[in-house]
Amino acid sequence: MLEISGLAASVEGTPILRGIDLVVPSGEVHAIMGPNGSGKSTLSYVLAGREDYTVTAGSVRFDGADLLAMEPEMRAAAGVFLAFQAPVELPGVNNANFLRTALNAIRRARGEPELDAVQFLKLARAQSKALAMPEDMLKRNVNVGFSGGEKKRNEVLQMALLRPRLAILDETDSGLDIDALRIVADGVNALRRPEFSALVITHHQRLLERLVPDRVHVLAGGRILRSGGPELARELETRGYGAITAAAA
Amino acid sequence: MPAVAETLETVESLARSGYKFGFETTIDMDVAPKGLTEDTIRLISARKGEPAWLLDWRFAAFAAWRKMEEPRWARVHHTPIDYQDIHYYAAPKAKAGPASLDEVDPELLATYEKLGIPLKERAILAGVQGANVAVDAVFDSVSVATTFRATLAKSGVIFCPISEAVREHPDLVRQYLGTVVPVADNFFSALNSAVFTDGSFVYIPPGVRCPMELSTYFRINARNTGQFERTLIIADAGAQVSYLEGCTAPQRDENQLHAAVVELIALDDAKIKYSTVQNWYPGDAEGRGGIYNFVTKRGLCRGARSRISWTQVETGSAITWKYPSCVLEGDGSVGEFYSVAMTNHMQQADTGTKMIHIGRDTRSTIVSKGISAGKSDNTYRGLVRIGPRASGARNHTQCDSLLIGDRCGAHTVPYIESRNPSAKVEHEATTSKISEDQMFYCRARGLSQEDAVGLIVNGFCKEVLKELPMEFAVEAQKLLAVSLEGSVG
Ligand SMILES: Nc1ncnc2c1ncn2[C@@H]1O[C@H](COP(=O)(O)OP(=O)(O)OP(=O)(O)O)[C@@H](O)[C@H]1O
Ligand SMILES: [Mg+2]
Repeated sequence: MLEISGLAASVEGTPILRGIDLVVPSGEVHAIMGPNGSGKSTLSYVLAGREDYTVTAGSVRFDGADLLAMEPEMRAAAGVFLAFQAPVELPGVNNANFLRTALNAIRRARGEPELDAVQFLKLARAQSKALAMPEDMLKRNVNVGFSGGEKKRNEVLQMALLRPRLAILDETDSGLDIDALRIVADGVNALRRPEFSALVITHHQRLLERLVPDRVHVLAGGRILRSGGPELARELETRGYGAITAAAA
Repeated sequence: MPAVAETLETVESLARSGYKFGFETTIDMDVAPKGLTEDTIRLISARKGEPAWLLDWRFAAFAAWRKMEEPRWARVHHTPIDYQDIHYYAAPKAKAGPASLDEVDPELLATYEKLGIPLKERAILAGVQGANVAVDAVFDSVSVATTFRATLAKSGVIFCPISEAVREHPDLVRQYLGTVVPVADNFFSALNSAVFTDGSFVYIPPGVRCPMELSTYFRINARNTGQFERTLIIADAGAQVSYLEGCTAPQRDENQLHAAVVELIALDDAKIKYSTVQNWYPGDAEGRGGIYNFVTKRGLCRGARSRISWTQVETGSAITWKYPSCVLEGDGSVGEFYSVAMTNHMQQADTGTKMIHIGRDTRSTIVSKGISAGKSDNTYRGLVRIGPRASGARNHTQCDSLLIGDRCGAHTVPYIESRNPSAKVEHEATTSKISEDQMFYCRARGLSQEDAVGLIVNGFCKEVLKELPMEFAVEAQKLLAVSLEGSVG
């Protein structure tokens, strides 16, 4: 369970998040929508532990532990996964090697035995196949020369392999073709289990139709202005954010 | 704190204890008094039982050296070296040249075991150590053991200490010594020619493909002692050999000089692959101590279609001054240089290569990867020279620098001289940094900062590391990680 209370954060002195309260119980999928520049990615970075984002107030607890006190790699080991809005290129670093290093780091932290190259490749191939991804993605360098959509698919592949307990998807559906959109939704749905929760940041109702979130939140100006059920996403699709932001102003 | 800055701090704190080979072996030594005079040279020559011609050759080198000055063009700085304050000969006290491995001082065997160098043939044969490598172990001024000589002799391969080759194979040594790196080539080669002590000698007869990897492992142990090794490798027509070289030294506060000369000769259709993993003690985080590594390495592709390939991974030494080069004399000969040079803390490296194209249709490839961290300074210096006869010559140079932090320096100094209009010379250079984004991306996937830097650095060096023989590549990857992070892998 993720519990965010009164969270405020700034970047280079500029306040971006201005007091966020949000609880995502285990087993639930919540969607976050909101206008460009409202602070959605900032929230995801703060949750994953990016250091140039300064938390100025509030707290975040993940399964009771103080998430903000943890290094990014400890959060990953605790089961937090962020699918980046803009995945980063690592020239010369083989994708399979990267994934195996990541998986083994997390397994080590959990006290599980590490996987050797053969075991890992078997697992990774099976995952790529399940997600209908080309196998050569594993052989290429991490995100280097990947198309926009391929980068997003690669994030989903990582998520599938690392099997997080909290997945934060930052616009993983943006720039995806219709098939890939299904891959993202299937990827999240495949992870659904009582101890899994997800925070899905999106601009599109399309993804939510396949994912069916338990709750939808509207983030604007660094605050959550409204929360509701899946119907809220449909309402936003037709009416936009205008009414909500105006009401808050 | 930004991730990269924090990484650097971690690196610094760990690196203080990061050098894994800094121990010293306590053993009775036969040490020449400090200082360099003709008497010193006479002593070295006498200890090695050398013939008169070699003593004269040394004297000539000494005379030349006395008229020379230290080179000043490299981008390195150090306090003046007092050449009279160095021991030029230090050898473990033992029967000169143990007849078999069983006679090697157990203290020495233990030292090499600690360094991870297999000196026990039986263990290797039994598959315990895995690698199929013959080793010549040079401890300060002498070779203490050479493994698998009998096996190699069956295919006619000579692999022995050079001091022994002088006695056993004088004609070969005399024919080739100093033909690739002339005595007075430079200040350090002249010094080496005057006082060289040991190193390896390799001869591969015509048409023979050396049945195993050959390697020399250099260890500096004695205090205030210079190591002046000399290696000579000859691949006769159609022969092939892969040779590896490794080096370490104890951790000390004063600097020590290592001035080696390596000469390679490839006749028609011969192939020599020479790989180095250089891990001399680099000094501490404040720049105290460490080896001055002033080395002249050159290969002569004398025969048509011959090929010489240098691969180096340089992580150690306080100062590295080294330009493994190829003289492409034979028509259609090929020279290659693959290099990773990594500097951290206060280390300085000025390294690169020279590709001298003399014959027709000669080709050369240069791939240089420089990694600088801490307050270190890393320079690539390379010369590509195309002579008037070298029609159809080709060179491709790729020179990449990776900066970690913003207190280090990376410099690229390419010299290109072409005197043949049909030649094609290409040079590409890039400089990049490990970004905060990359660090965060890796850490968000569960990688520690050390793992993240290691992964990115290894990715950056991949093109070069893949040129190393397998066992060395693994060692080199670990070494890169250790040199950067200090965490012993
Ligand atoms: N390094 C920075 N310095 C200054 N302002 C920043 C910095 N990073 C982000 N911001 C600002 O913070 C605000 C929130 O950005 P954020 O990326 O969180 O928005 P978002 O809701 O994810 O938008 P989008 O829907 O376009 O992805 C924006 O106004 C952005 O310009
Ligand atoms: Mg965003």
